[in-house]
Amino acid sequence: MSTVEERTAPVGQAQLGHHEAKPGEHGWTQTGVSSEKLGMWVFLGSECLLFGGLISTYLLYKNTAVEGPTPRDLYDIPFTSVSSFVLLMSSMTMVLALAALQRGDEYRCRAWLVTTALLGATFISGQVYEFTSFVKEGMGYTTNTASSAFYTLTGFHGVHVCIGILMLMSLFLMSLRGRLPQARAEVVEIIGLYWHFVDVVWIVIFTVVYLIP
Amino acid sequence: MATAMDDPHVEHEHAHPGEGQYLLVALFLALVTGAEVVLYYVNIDFRIYAPLLGVLAAIKFATVAMFFMHLRFDSRVFRWFFVTGIVLAVTVYTVVLLTFHAFDGGT
Repeated sequence: MSTVEERTAPVGQAQLGHHEAKPGEHGWTQTGVSSEKLGMWVFLGSECLLFGGLISTYLLYKNTAVEGPTPRDLYDIPFTSVSSFVLLMSSMTMVLALAALQRGDEYRCRAWLVTTALLGATFISGQVYEFTSFVKEGMGYTTNTASSAFYTLTGFHGVHVCIGILMLMSLFLMSLRGRLPQARAEVVEIIGLYWHFVDVVWIVIFTVVYLIP
Repeated sequence: MATAMDDPHVEHEHAHPGEGQYLLVALFLALVTGAEVVLYYVNIDFRIYAPLLGVLAAIKFATVAMFFMHLRFDSRVFRWFFVTGIVLAVTVYTVVLLTFHAFDGGT
């Protein structure tokens, strides 16, 4: 029967049947959960406030434009729906990368990491195309308050996706160099948490900003 | 020495889902997204349309958080930190939006 201390090892380790950390050893925490993972969750909790503020600002300003086209006049819903679907599927490939590493399949983990990064890059390409076409239609960043709020919100989200892509490529390079073995699956899980968060934020943005008039 | 089985405060984490379950979750999310887009093109009353889209988005949000982010399977501590952030954000910004009459169509 396992002791309390043994039970407190991160679930990733417990699943893999690895040596479970005891007091004084690396990886042991008094809270019983991984400190790195806890840190990421606290960060994501704070990010909710950042994106909540940006979404609220957009909702406040979306109907206040006095000149120029507003985002609502220019939305291409079929195009954005496909982008949303691509980002949603990247969450799936991200968990498949984690599942592959947890069972020790580093090759497939790398393949899913690259796929996730490519899907993220596809989403960003779509956003660049959308922004470019909006500017060509006469809606720049400073055209009106609605456009400023729209570009700030979706731009901040795009920057988050770009940071996620950089982290995914870092994981890929680490794996290529043999520095991402099965025992370090939690690193992929933590980066995955960030990636999924970017996805859930887009779920809210897609509904609130694009679909609800 | 006290054991995990003896300690009522030690919560039990569960194993993460397998690949098959992840694929099912992804399929479900794709279907809900499809339903959202279909709703956009169906001419229904805004008083039904907006809450319905809100519910669908909440379902997608919760599904990703529970299955892909493993909140359903991991320690409750993580869930509390994340839910606290969400509740705080929703409360604060709902008050802000109500203060500026954002839902009345003006600021």
